[in-house]
Amino acid sequence: MRSLSRIGIGIVASALALTACATEPASEGSPNGSTDSADPVTITYSNFISDNGNEDNLATIIEAFNNEYPYITVEVETLPYADYFTTLQIDVAAGTGADVFDIEYANYPAFQSLGLLAPLEGVDTSVYRGDIAEAYSTNGTMHALPTSFSAVVMYYNATLFDEAGIAYPDGTWTWDEVYAAAETLTDADAGVWGLYQPISFYEYYKALAQAGGQFLNADGTAVAFNSPEGVAAAEWLIRKSGDVMPTEAQGAGTPDFDSGLWADGKLGMWVTGIWNFGVAADSSFDWDIVVEPGKARAASAVFSNAVAVAASSEHKEAAQLFAEFLTSSQTMVDVRLGSGWELPAISNDAQLAAYLDQTSPANRQAVFDSLNGIALPPVIKDGQAQMQDIISEQLGEAAAGRITVDQALSNAEAAINSLLG
Amino acid sequence: MTARLASAPASAPARARRRRHIATAYLFLAPSAIPLAAFVLYPMFGAARNSLFQWNLISDPVWVGLGNYGELFTDSATLRAFGNTVLYIVGTVPLVFIGGLMLALALNRAIKGRNLLRGIYFLPVITSWIAVAIVWRWLLNPSVGVVNNVLATIGIEGPGWWTDPQWSLPSIILASAWKDLGFVMVLLLAGLQAIPQEIREAAMLDGANAWRRLRSVTLPLLSPSIFFVVIISLINGFQVFDQVYAMTGGGPAGSSDVVVLRIYTLAFRYGEAGMASALSMLLFAIVLAITLIQIKGEKRWVTYA
Repeated sequence: MRSLSRIGIGIVASALALTACATEPASEGSPNGSTDSADPVTITYSNFISDNGNEDNLATIIEAFNNEYPYITVEVETLPYADYFTTLQIDVAAGTGADVFDIEYANYPAFQSLGLLAPLEGVDTSVYRGDIAEAYSTNGTMHALPTSFSAVVMYYNATLFDEAGIAYPDGTWTWDEVYAAAETLTDADAGVWGLYQPISFYEYYKALAQAGGQFLNADGTAVAFNSPEGVAAAEWLIRKSGDVMPTEAQGAGTPDFDSGLWADGKLGMWVTGIWNFGVAADSSFDWDIVVEPGKARAASAVFSNAVAVAASSEHKEAAQLFAEFLTSSQTMVDVRLGSGWELPAISNDAQLAAYLDQTSPANRQAVFDSLNGIALPPVIKDGQAQMQDIISEQLGEAAAGRITVDQALSNAEAAINSLLG
Repeated sequence: MTARLASAPASAPARARRRRHIATAYLFLAPSAIPLAAFVLYPMFGAARNSLFQWNLISDPVWVGLGNYGELFTDSATLRAFGNTVLYIVGTVPLVFIGGLMLALALNRAIKGRNLLRGIYFLPVITSWIAVAIVWRWLLNPSVGVVNNVLATIGIEGPGWWTDPQWSLPSIILASAWKDLGFVMVLLLAGLQAIPQEIREAAMLDGANAWRRLRSVTLPLLSPSIFFVVIISLINGFQVFDQVYAMTGGGPAGSSDVVVLRIYTLAFRYGEAGMASALSMLLFAIVLAITLIQIKGEKRWVTYA
C-alpha cells in the first residue's frame, strides 16, 4: 500500500513536471529576471512522518506544492520511524542522503554541530510556534523547520469510569489519585487494567520533571536524578506494574499491546501520545483525554518533528522552498487538522481553532494546556542512545524486582556519568 | 602440472601459450572474483581500517590506533556478549550434534515414512528465523505460552523464559537446537549413505554387535562429516544473531546479548562504528583460529574410507 502510494506520488510528480516542461518552455526572458527558479529540478525527501497511514496526506501536500512550484519535482522516500535514523546515518555516511529529510529534537544538535544541515536564511520564523521552533535555531539561524508537534496526554475510558462509579480524571489530578482510581478500575478476572504507562526513558525524564527533579546538573556534566525526586519518579513508574498495570510477562512492551488493550475496552487510563487519536477514534466506548497528572507540578512530554535541508544538497533553494511549504503552507494546515495527523507547529492559533472544535476526544484543549509545562528530554552530545537504553534497562530490572529502585538509579547514575566524563 | 611447466626450459611459443591459459583462467574466474572482491574483500579491509578510527558514521573519522580494541576488553557489555556467545555454543552444539546424529541414524534405516520424516525434520531449517522466533516467543510466553501451560498440567511452574535473565539464553538455545537439528541430520545422513555397505556387513559377519559396529565402523567412517558439522556449528554459533534479535533483543538487561548483536548495537544504535569494526575483526580472528586448529587436527581425528 505504501509503495503504491509512493509510486502514486512519483507519477503525480513526474506528470506535473512534464506539464511544467510543456507549459513553461525554457526560462528565457522571464519578466522579473529570476530565471533560475524556472529550471526544472528534482529534489528528494526522506521521511518517517507519513509512515503508517499518512502517506496520502503527504501526497496531497506535495500536490499543492507542485501547483505552486511546477518546476520542482519531489521524490519521496518513506521509512518506518524505527528504521529511519539508522538509515539516515548510513545515507549521510554514504553520501546518498536526500535533499530534504526529517529530523527530531533529540538528534538536531548532533547533526547541526557536524555541519550536515544547511542554514535556512530568510525564513519567516514568526509563522512557527516560538517554543517549538527555538529548538531548531543555532546562533540565531534556523537549521531545520518544525513540521509538527505532539504531546503525551492521559486517555481515559469514560465508560469504565461510569461502571466503577468514580469521577473522571481532570487536570488537577496527581499520581496518588490516578493510582487510587486505577486500583478501583482493575479487575484481574475480567482482564481489565487500571492504567498503562510504559516503563522507559521517555516516561522517566517526564515523571522526574513532574516530581520536581532534574535529570542533569546545571552545566550538564553529571546526572542529577539520583535524588529523592528521582526515586519518587522511578517508584511511580514501577509500582503500578503487576498491580494495576500488566507486566512484561503479561505482554506489556510488545508492539500494539497497549492499543489493543485499549481498543478492547480493557484499559481504564492510558498515558500515550495524541498520535493515537486515530487509533482510539474507533473505540466503541466513551473516552476523552486530560493533561497528564503530575506530582509537584504538571509536566508533559512534547515532541516535535522537523525537516532540514542537507548541507550537501545541490538544490538548496528548491529544497528550502519545499521545507517551508511542508511546515507552514495553508494546505499543510488543512490536511493535518482535517486528518487528525500531528498538529502543525504554527503560531497562528486562529488557524488551529478548527482543531479544538472537533470531538473524539472532546477535550482537545488539553493538548494546548500540555504546552504550559513542557518536560524536555535531556540531550547529551555523545551517547544519547546509550543513555536512553541505560535508563530503560535499569528501570526494567527494578520493575521485574531483580534490583531495588535505589540500585537501579545508582547503576544508571554511574553508567551515564561515565558517558558524560 | 604447473610445476613441471615452470621448471621446463620453456620456448617462446610455450610461454605465450601458458600466458593465454592463465588469461583464460582469470577470465573464467572474473564473474565470481570481481563481486567477491567488491562485496567481501573490500568491506573486510574497510572494516579493518575503520577499527582504527573513532567514527559515528556521520562525523569525520578520528584516528585512535588500537584504542577501540583496548576499549572492547574493558567494556563489560561486550565481555558479557562474548561470554553469552560461548555459553550459547556450549549449549547448542552438543545438543544439535547428538540430536542430529540420532535422527540421522534412525532415518538411515529402512523405516516406513522415512522420506516424509526427513522432510519434516528439515522443514525448520528452511523456515525464516524471524517467523520461527516469533512462534517460539509465543510458545515460551511465561504466562500464556503453550510450554508453560503444558508444564502446569503436570504440576511444574514454568520459568519466565525470555523475561527472566536466567532463562533468556536457554530459551534461545532451545529454539536454535530445534531449528538446526534438521540441517545437521541431513549432513550426517549424506555421510552415512557414503559408508560402503560391505564394511558394515563384514563387521556383522565378524560378530560385532550394533554398538560395536557404531563405535568402530560407522563413527570413524562418518568422521569427515562429523568434522564438517562441528566446524560449521561452531562458526554458526559465533555468528548467532537472528534468533537473539527477534526473540529477546539481547534482553532482559543484556542477559542474552551476543557478539554479533553487540556489533550491530554499537554500529547502528550507538554510532560507534570503529568499536563495532574492531569487534568484527576480533570475531573474524576467533573464527579463523578455530578453523585453523580444526584443520590441523583433521589428520588426527578424521578417518577416510
